[in-house]
Amino acid sequence: MESIAGRKSALVWAVHISVLALVLLWVVPTFGLLVSSFRTGDQIASSGWWSALSTQEQSLSPIRVEGDEVQKDGAYVIEGTLFPRGASTVSAWGTSSRAIDAYVPGDTAELGDGQSLTLDDKGNYVLTSPTSLEGTRLPRIFATASQPPEFTLNNYQTVLFGQTTGTSIGRAFLNTATVSIPATIIPILIAAFAAYALAWMNFPGRALLVAAVVGLLVVPLQLALIPLLQFHNWIGIGKGYLGIWMAHTGFGLPLAIYLLRNYMVGLPRDIIENARVDGATEFQIFTRIILPLSFPALASFAIFQFLWTWNDLLVALVFLGTGDSQLVLTAALVNLLGSRGGDWEILAASAFVSIAVPLFVFFAMQKYLVRGLLAGSVK
Amino acid sequence: MQQVLQALITIVVGVGGCVGYFYASNLFLDKVLFPAKGPNAARNINRASMIRPWLFLMPAIIALGLYLAYPVFATAWLSLNRNGSFVGFENYSRMLGEAKFWESMRNNMLWLVVVPAMSTAFGLLVAQLTDRIWWGNIAKSLIFMPMAISFVGASVIWKLVYDTRPEGQDQIGLLNALWLNFDGGIGSLIFLRVLPVLALLGFAALAAWVGWTMIRPLVRSGQGARGGGLLTLLRVVVAAVALWLIWKTVTGIFGLATATLPYGQPQTWLTLLYWNNFFLMAVLVWIQAGFAMVILSAALRAIPEETLEAAILDGANPFQIFFKIKVPQIMGTIVVVWTTITIVVLKVFDIVLAMTNGQWETQVLANYMYDKFFRAFDVGVGSAAAMVIMLLVTPILIWNVYNVRKEMK
Repeated sequence: MESIAGRKSALVWAVHISVLALVLLWVVPTFGLLVSSFRTGDQIASSGWWSALSTQEQSLSPIRVEGDEVQKDGAYVIEGTLFPRGASTVSAWGTSSRAIDAYVPGDTAELGDGQSLTLDDKGNYVLTSPTSLEGTRLPRIFATASQPPEFTLNNYQTVLFGQTTGTSIGRAFLNTATVSIPATIIPILIAAFAAYALAWMNFPGRALLVAAVVGLLVVPLQLALIPLLQFHNWIGIGKGYLGIWMAHTGFGLPLAIYLLRNYMVGLPRDIIENARVDGATEFQIFTRIILPLSFPALASFAIFQFLWTWNDLLVALVFLGTGDSQLVLTAALVNLLGSRGGDWEILAASAFVSIAVPLFVFFAMQKYLVRGLLAGSVK
Repeated sequence: MQQVLQALITIVVGVGGCVGYFYASNLFLDKVLFPAKGPNAARNINRASMIRPWLFLMPAIIALGLYLAYPVFATAWLSLNRNGSFVGFENYSRMLGEAKFWESMRNNMLWLVVVPAMSTAFGLLVAQLTDRIWWGNIAKSLIFMPMAISFVGASVIWKLVYDTRPEGQDQIGLLNALWLNFDGGIGSLIFLRVLPVLALLGFAALAAWVGWTMIRPLVRSGQGARGGGLLTLLRVVVAAVALWLIWKTVTGIFGLATATLPYGQPQTWLTLLYWNNFFLMAVLVWIQAGFAMVILSAALRAIPEETLEAAILDGANPFQIFFKIKVPQIMGTIVVVWTTITIVVLKVFDIVLAMTNGQWETQVLANYMYDKFFRAFDVGVGSAAAMVIMLLVTPILIWNVYNVRKEMK
């Protein structure tokens, strides 16, 4: 097509570059958080995540000399290294915060009282003193070194299993799953029956009901919060899982009925008519023919509902309690943003724990998601 | 573990209950109430098929009625009450007297213009560009990805982008790191003045075009457009909004061109009054553009090839093909995408709560309402705010219902 008109190569390049720029714009923020979630808190706070990807020269936070002293040639000596894991290269160093680049690797610094300190480019230091160093404050080293990329899984371990974060993300993960799995499965069945009736049965008021479903599709659930909370308190279930399952079921139904009805209307009429002629009951037609044929639409809705219930914040804040046993991931994240907004290592790892499952579902079942979107919006 | 057990039991009871209900009620209808045999077989079959739809619909109708329809009326009633007694419109007048409410309304209007417009524009751009390149599907998949991320997760992602460190330290937020590269030289001129002004000019041109297409039939024919008074009113309203947008954009361009920018200083983006709204909106645009892209991409593919071939043979260039052949043919879909995103915007809550919680003049209606309900425990004013959201959604609701009724006839 494009080649018919000819002379398009420059334009094609422009297209490739623009798309690449847009994709980068869309992916880089997420990627930044992902990289950050594998860095230590100090690393995140001292340099941008983009610098974690390559070897970087930076001034390290001061490291105090430590180690066991040994006597050697009448002097007391402490040997050790700044980089137990190696792989870093020192370019300059100093012994006070006012002159952090006073020496080059290999120099010997005189510290007074006859003490001297030597540091080589691999970070190995030798502290020599004429008197015992036992019980004295040992000097600090301010090194500027180039460090290779370094990543850790500790953040994930902390947020999933640690007790120090205040909010256990591992527990919240379980709570979120508890909310979203029943809230995904139950509406499907109720909606499928209703959609079948609206698609293939003739009765007075059908058009009105379809219109009502379409109307309810856009009703903001903000309106439902207080009346339903009062209703739940009145029937005695209060705040809890039962309440949120019911709420999610109710809120998900319009979309479910709408999607499924649109799909079922398109099924071939012959199959259903033939089954009726052969004496199948409506219930049999529904379970044996309609349900299996509607699988793509059921899958579409299930993905929508799962993503929506997993990612929801508002309904969970209103219909669940605030205790550890009912805090979902999104609510826990909001709490963390409030209480530990500067601890990026905790935030980043927590965010990725909450994002992981939806992203997996998204990439695994994108086909159905797209199909559902198209059925739900394009007329 | 107890809750996992509870969840499993709920799944079993819920699914089993549904199946059991449908099976048993159908069985009861066919075998006991109106058996399809005996002397009245024909009449019984007829009666059973009149009742059956309602059996199928019953659970859905109860759930929808209780969880969506009833709350609308209950909230309307609550908004007219204070502490259990009827007070008429007092809650509304209280709300209208609050500066925070007007701030929310103003911000919501800004959101309503910017987010659907930007999401649709990006979606259309990506859909068109990826249409013919070999890695188009990968690109689309990546741009679609934020759809799967929760608003809160997206807020964390973008909060890192907007993070600020004091001057002199290494910036860890991408935006500040980029910002510090600008020094007022030629690069700054291009990226911070010329390109934004061009984008705004494009937006103004778009608004002018929409306004003109709306008003043109009224001006040309003189005797009023077809479609009657309501449609005419709609056209005039849209044209007025377009005019207001043009005015806003032009003043914006002027402001942008003359502003002195604080080069070299890291900015705390989320506390920059007025502009912080746009940084919040970026998050939603980032999420919604993928949605727009998927739908518009399908619409673009459905355009009949003959129209494009004819245009190419007539010597149209790619831009003409896009704007004069493709866009008019998918106008209906663009409207659907626009309205769908509009509804999302009206309900936006999580992003504002997570990023600023309405501080620094970023409040929006949904978060204002949440504040009233659950922090100030003022159910009356909260309900009034909820009713305002409902009122803003209503035109779309009516439009959708109208379309479906038309389609079903």
